[in-house]
Formats: sequence, C-alpha cells, structure tokens
Amino acid sequence: MGRLSVDLCGIELDNPVIPASGTFGYGWEFAELYDINILGTFSFKGTTREPRFGNPTPRIADCPAGMLNAVGLQNPGVDRVIDTELMKLKTVFHKPVMANVSGFSVAEYAEVSAKLDAQPQVGWLEVNISCPNVHGGGMSFGTDPEQAASVVRAVKAVTTKPVIIKLTPNVTDIVTIAKACEQAGADGISLINTLLGMRIDLKTRKPVLANVTGGLSGPAVFPVALRMVWQVAHAVKIPVVGMGGISCAEDVLEMLTAGAAAVEVGAANLVDPLACKKIIEALPEAMDRYGIRNLRELRGA
Amino acid sequence: MKDVIFTIAAQKRLTDNVYEIRLTGDTSAITRPGQFVNLKLEGLFLRRPLSVCDLDGDTLTLIYKVVGRGTALLRGMTPGQEIPVLTGLGNGYETALSGDMPLLIGGGVGVPPLYLLAKRLRAEGKTVFAVLGFNTAAEIFYADRFRDLGCNLAVTTADGSFGIKGFVTDALPENYTHVYTCGPEPMLRAVYRKITTGGSFSFEKRMGCGFGACMGCSCKTIAGYKRICKEGPVLEKEEILWED
Repeated sequence: MGRLSVDLCGIELDNPVIPASGTFGYGWEFAELYDINILGTFSFKGTTREPRFGNPTPRIADCPAGMLNAVGLQNPGVDRVIDTELMKLKTVFHKPVMANVSGFSVAEYAEVSAKLDAQPQVGWLEVNISCPNVHGGGMSFGTDPEQAASVVRAVKAVTTKPVIIKLTPNVTDIVTIAKACEQAGADGISLINTLLGMRIDLKTRKPVLANVTGGLSGPAVFPVALRMVWQVAHAVKIPVVGMGGISCAEDVLEMLTAGAAAVEVGAANLVDPLACKKIIEALPEAMDRYGIRNLRELRGA
Repeated sequence: MKDVIFTIAAQKRLTDNVYEIRLTGDTSAITRPGQFVNLKLEGLFLRRPLSVCDLDGDTLTLIYKVVGRGTALLRGMTPGQEIPVLTGLGNGYETALSGDMPLLIGGGVGVPPLYLLAKRLRAEGKTVFAVLGFNTAAEIFYADRFRDLGCNLAVTTADGSFGIKGFVTDALPENYTHVYTCGPEPMLRAVYRKITTGGSFSFEKRMGCGFGACMGCSCKTIAGYKRICKEGPVLEKEEILWED
C-alpha cells in the first residue's frame, strides 16, 4: 500500500482522488490530456433508464469562486452507456469505475442499478438522490429520510457491489438523512451535491439559467461541504466520500481530516482539465508539509 | 486540445468596443479555422471562449467585443502578461466542402473566425466571396483585411451608413458553391432560409468547460444531441434543428 492509498468500501484506491459525476463525462475528453489510470477511480455521468436531453440552455452561469449548472441529467440512457460508453472506457481506463445512477422512481433506480451491477468494470454504485435540476425525481428522494431509505433498499436488493448514496446539502438536517441511508443498508455516503442557487441577468432582468435555478459548485461551497462531511462522518460508521469545491491537495487533506475516506473533485475539472492530475501530484509534498505519513492515518482525526 | 500559457504580444482597439488581441504561444493544437480557445482570466471562475481569428506560426489573433466582466478584464490586460489557454477546441470549418466559389457570411463579432478560413481558402486558390454585416459604419472592422486576401467583398450596414443598406442576406451573390457563416442566431436563421447550397454554420452558446465534459452547451440536431463545444461550434446545414 502506498502512502496515498485509501480503502473505499473494501476496494483499495491508489489515491483518494475521484472526479465527480457530471464533470468528467466518461473520461474520454480527459484521457486525451493525461493517463486517467492515475486517478483513484472516477464517477461517470449520471445515468437514467431512458436517454435524456436535459434542460434547455443556458445551463451554466459563472459565479464568484464557482458556477451554477442546470444540465438536468443529460445522458444517453443506461443501455447506451453499457453498449457504447463502457466499451470505450475499457480501452483507456483499467480500474474499477464508479457508476452514477439517477432516477425518477424507486423502480427506475433499481432497474438502472441492476443493469450497471452486471458490468464487470463497475466497482461501486453511486446513487444520486440529490440532483437539484430535475423535477419529480432526483433531489426529492434525498430530502426525506423515508424516501431515501426506500431507494437504498431497492438498490441494495439488486446488487452485491458497494452502494454509495449521494446526498444533497439542500436539507435542514443532513445527519438524519445519512443515518436513514445507513440503517437501510447503504455501504457509503457521498456528499455534497450542489447547493441550489440562481443568478439574474440585469440586461434582460431575467434569470441567467433557462431552468431559473441551478446547483452551485466550486471553491465557494467548500466550507459548507467540509462542515457537512464532518457532521455526517461523525454520525455514521460507513465510509463517507467528501466533495464540494475541492481544488487543491490541501483541500483533500482537510476533507480527509474531517472524516472522509476519499474525495470527489467536480467543478475544478471543468476549469482545468488537468486539475485531478495536479492534485494527485501535489499530495505527497503537501502531506510532508503537515507531517502526514500516509492518508489512512488522517481519518477521524 | 492542449493546455498552453500564452503571452500577450499586443492589443489594438478596432472599434468603440471591439478589440484585437495578439498572443504568443504553442498554437499546434489548432488544426482548423472555426475552432476556438478558452481563456482563464484572473478573478473569474469559468474560462471565456473566443474563436480563433488568425494564426501565424506561434502568433494567435483573437477578436472580442467588450460585453461583460470577462471581456472587460481582457481589455485591461497588457503586453507581456500571461494567460492560460486551452487551445484547439471544437470541430471548426471543413475547407474540403468549399467547392471553387465559397461564400463566407459574417455578422458583427461573428466575422473573426471567417478570417482564418478566408486565408486558408485563398491559399487553396479558391474564389472567395465574403459578405460582412454590421449595424453601422462605426462598427465595421476587418473588411479591408478580407479585401487584402483577395476576397470579393460586400459590406452591409443595417442603417445604410456604409456599403449596402440592409442585412447580409440582401447582399448575397448569385453563384457560390458552399456557404460558411458565423454570426448572431437570427442572422444564421435568415442565411439558412436563403441559401441554395450546403452550408457550415458556427453557433454560439454559453459554455461550462468548453471541451465536452459538462454538457452545458448541448443542442438538439437532426443527427442527435451535440455539444456546441465539441461536435460544434460548426454544424452542417443538413443536421441543424432550429429550436422553437
């Protein structure tokens, strides 16, 4: 085991850095720039049963130290993801990958999870019950402990692979939701999805985003994410994947110190496609600076 | 796609709010006219995309209109300053489609990507007709540059203060073999309706990453969903699906 390696639900990662779903496609664009096998793993684009175009454009707005997105789960649908994207992925990525699952009903979550579970390269299922940009699904499952638990139970029933539930920060008490997921059998928790926000264009006096609201990500949300990771990691026994605004090696160390077993990096990939590579390369030196021999010693500090 | 640090060589004001910036750096990833680059400006989170106007060795020329914080920041930058740039983005124009008499139609700040295209087509020995449309005489830029390349040129102004009064569609020649165009969407729609040949249309959309990862700039086409930043910004006439 290297000094950067960590364990995520029984699977060893060479390092804790995982590009977050929706910011890394299926890896292809990044593989053009660097060998993506240096990553711990990555979480691919959120997958639904049917193909989805997503929301009308504009879907993106710039913000101080961050961005809003309202993409709305654009994806080719689970069958295409399996036939095309995972086939292609095998040629550039040789580690277990994290499959990100979305849905609009408990049955859809289970159906998509079952199909992805059957893919040998899928190491974990990350179940997104926290998308703020779709209606009648996504976040509505993640804001109610009962509904969150019902998604967990339905997915657990169709897979033997670790199930990580991705939570929304747009709730009054994140700990209650996390505990409900743990009790329902979740193997891990990832957080935070984006924070609901909006912007107005003063020239048109209309919202910038066609969807009106969108999810805020980027360095602006890091302290909020860190606080929530801390709260959840201290309340559950299952591993927590921390994300939200991570953009440098020091942010990774803070997240792990707050109790995360691994981290996801999102918006930073969109501004600098080499962000994850740079973070991984900067970790040893940053660890030296703070007297950290290996990353496993940080957890639960 | 390549991640390159460029150095500003010069900035020049072309009109009241349109500027030309010349940058020096590794341009090798730019393989076609109509591609764009994405600039990381200090103090802004997302990068700002600009189309490639000209390319000469390691010199890259971009043209921008000051419309918001990004372009205002860019205007404030001076020679010698460095800008991290993702280069060689998007598909660009395919010169092989041009035929012998290509027609280039540009509107306002849609003109710049057509300049490198005109240069390449002229180098291939094509007879190039360029129609450049502006609102008013004071907003005209680069018309002389197209003429210097040996293009047959028509300039239109909406208010008639220079050249042909009206829109680009009022100044199209009778014979041409293929259309290349870039400009505001209403102009693209008018061109689409009017032309009688195939056409390559360059679109603009608000982008997140600019290299195909975020799905921020998706559009629907006859050939399925496309990303303006990756499969675009140039779409061929046959595949365009106008929304609403």
